[in-house]
Amino acid sequence: MTKTLMRALSLGLMTNMGATLLPVLVYAGTYDLTVDKVLIDTGEFTKEGIGYNGKSPGPVLRFKEGEEVTINVANNLDETTSIHWHGLILPYQMDGVPKISFPGIKPGETFTYKFPIVQSGTHWFHSHSEFQEPDGAYGSIVIEPKKKEPFRFDRDYVVQFTDKHPHSGKRIMRNLKMAADYYNRKQQTLSDFFSDVKKNGFGETVTGRMDWGGMRMMASDIEDVQGFTPLINGMGPDQNWTGIFTPKERVRLRFINSSAMTYFDVRIPGLKMTVVAGDGNYVQPVTVDELRIGVAETYDVIVRPKEDKAYTIFGASMGRTAYARGTLAPREGMVAAIPEMTERPLLTMADMGMDHGNMVGMDHSSMKKMDHSNMKGMDHSNMKGMGSEEDAFYAVGSGLAPAAANGGKFLSYSDLKAQKPIYEHRKATREIELRLTGNMERYIWSINGVKYEDAEPLKLQYGERVRFKFVNETMMTHPMHLHGMWSILDVGAGKWNPAKHTISVAPGTTVYSETEVDAEGQWAFHCHLSYHADAGMFRKVVVEGGPKSASLNSSEEGVLQ
Amino acid sequence: MTHMLKLLPATLTAFTLLAPVTSLAEDPANIYYGLQIEEFEYRYGEGGEELFAYDADAFIGTDELKLRWEGDGEYDINVKKFESLSNQLALQTPISDFWDIKGGVRYTSPEGPDRWYGVIGLSGLAPQWIEVDSHLFLSEKGKLSADLDMEYQILLSNYLILTPSASVDVAFSSDREIGVGSGVNSVEAGLRLSYDVWDRAFSPYVGVVYERKFGQTANFIEAEGESADIWYAVIGAKFMF
Ligand SMILES: [Cu+2]
Repeated sequence: MTKTLMRALSLGLMTNMGATLLPVLVYAGTYDLTVDKVLIDTGEFTKEGIGYNGKSPGPVLRFKEGEEVTINVANNLDETTSIHWHGLILPYQMDGVPKISFPGIKPGETFTYKFPIVQSGTHWFHSHSEFQEPDGAYGSIVIEPKKKEPFRFDRDYVVQFTDKHPHSGKRIMRNLKMAADYYNRKQQTLSDFFSDVKKNGFGETVTGRMDWGGMRMMASDIEDVQGFTPLINGMGPDQNWTGIFTPKERVRLRFINSSAMTYFDVRIPGLKMTVVAGDGNYVQPVTVDELRIGVAETYDVIVRPKEDKAYTIFGASMGRTAYARGTLAPREGMVAAIPEMTERPLLTMADMGMDHGNMVGMDHSSMKKMDHSNMKGMDHSNMKGMGSEEDAFYAVGSGLAPAAANGGKFLSYSDLKAQKPIYEHRKATREIELRLTGNMERYIWSINGVKYEDAEPLKLQYGERVRFKFVNETMMTHPMHLHGMWSILDVGAGKWNPAKHTISVAPGTTVYSETEVDAEGQWAFHCHLSYHADAGMFRKVVVEGGPKSASLNSSEEGVLQ
Repeated sequence: MTHMLKLLPATLTAFTLLAPVTSLAEDPANIYYGLQIEEFEYRYGEGGEELFAYDADAFIGTDELKLRWEGDGEYDINVKKFESLSNQLALQTPISDFWDIKGGVRYTSPEGPDRWYGVIGLSGLAPQWIEVDSHLFLSEKGKLSADLDMEYQILLSNYLILTPSASVDVAFSSDREIGVGSGVNSVEAGLRLSYDVWDRAFSPYVGVVYERKFGQTANFIEAEGESADIWYAVIGAKFMF
């Protein structure tokens, strides 16, 4: 890294002069990454994993918009690896998905990525091979924009959330296949049954349990994989990552969720967070008390701690089985109270997607029963703050609909409006329905009922604007990630709909996003929960008919060999 | 076990032969494997009988096709012989969201004459989380029999689990040589209290088992001077790898 740093420094100097003297000069940084076996110490356990430049998480790669980057990735593992630059717009051969964009990086091999940086903002990178990402192969990317940022800040920190598990990714997948509830240690027990009987009466409780049992599904099935330690920038709750500030400074926090499986509800008690960017793109600022960051998403927020005291950055996992903790403090070593986690949510029948195909067998009488149990579900889930506005991105009566712990404002997708739309707004030329499907018991995840290994690639035409209709027919929340092109999330704001790379689809909901098909080649499109992607909720996307497509076909052999 | 090992590569070849029919992407199907020992226990009976009993199950394969070995046995510690010993190897495939069918062979080799059987089975998860495993056997002597196993888990906590189970053996004609009469032969009911000590990989338990033989089978047993029904206290452990 030292060589790279020096080079980057000299480039920086050249840049400063170049800005006035040589406007044609293109920045060209070279970066070296090694992929290594590393030890990861979470404060609760130490586990062998995979990292970059000897560490997990890997370094923060700092690029500049307009730069032509060269990244040498040396594989020191004894297995094939790859790096995917999550959220970056680049030629598909540089996208880093083995068997789709390139063959992967063999042990002992160095692969050179070379691509122009055509955007700015907060992004991240990770391995797209096997279970290397859950095993620790991730890092962050910060891209400085060409133009002045549309907000002010005095400090700038990456806050990268991960969910380190004592088991290797491979072992977790195998255990889930043996017993889908292997890691679910928050199942409803006999004593929950008795306390529900006390609360709701015997008949209701039995009926409710029978409804779930009849479907062979669990209301407690929110996090497939529990037992992990949440980390912030590689540090566990006790290791307490700390960012220093001077009171009244504006601090920019770049939240990145690089977890394998875990959504986090993030808050900083005592501070409001102004969300200024989502997935690396500026949004119209919205001030919130709490936000939920889906797997693979990024949010930039500005906070302004005024007092000379410490503040806790608190990220409770969506299923409330664990929390990430860090601190913002005026001085090293200061800590603030760690808040209690709010009550553990339970899924309701609304989350089971009663409107969808998989529930066709239910008759009206049982529908009524279900409505009833919905209401119960709402009662004991955390609906406190929900009085006035319902979040359109959750099923009505969903047990997962979030509420701010302090009763304040919780960020909704509906609040995200683009600061400056990337594309001209136009009507989509075609709609593609993607039903998110699965079988929890068998731990099979699929799209339109077909697993990746059995699926034809999804073919898109260069130049079209496709409207994706995601219909979540499962009980899980799926963060759907399209590589190479933006997903413009339909929040009902027309031209101000925000461009994202990851669209979280809650159970029992239908969500739309539109994509301007402007990148030829072949791309991955998948659920970003590691074990869902591996189980089959994955598609290859082929963009045909682009300006370079004639040469693309003939060069394909060369690229893929 | 040796025949199983020989069959294994052959079956794996069968996967790869079957795979291209459905597979369109270049990615091959993921292969998973696992081993579970549901019962591995010492049984102490009313009359001072001491048994060692186990019930195990291993698989390898894809979501669509698995090769599954199931083995169980009861060893009488006092007289040093296997009262029952069975190994089964079957191919298993899903037929619905929660149910699989399987087909293969079973070989029983306790003390006394051995038997080969052709097996078809149905296993899965019934509504209300009842695990079901059932088989229909046709022996080399042309005798038809069946069994049915059911199991349910009551979570006292997320680690302390009470598991009632029941199994029934039925024969449709008698096979005197191996002491099987026609009709319901035996019923076994168990109640085990386990604690997950190490993930779900190792869970020691204590419990009780009630076993009762019926009809001609009971007569055969009683003729040998044993009792047709018996209570056992059991101590053992579950394993999952
Ligand atoms: Cu998913």
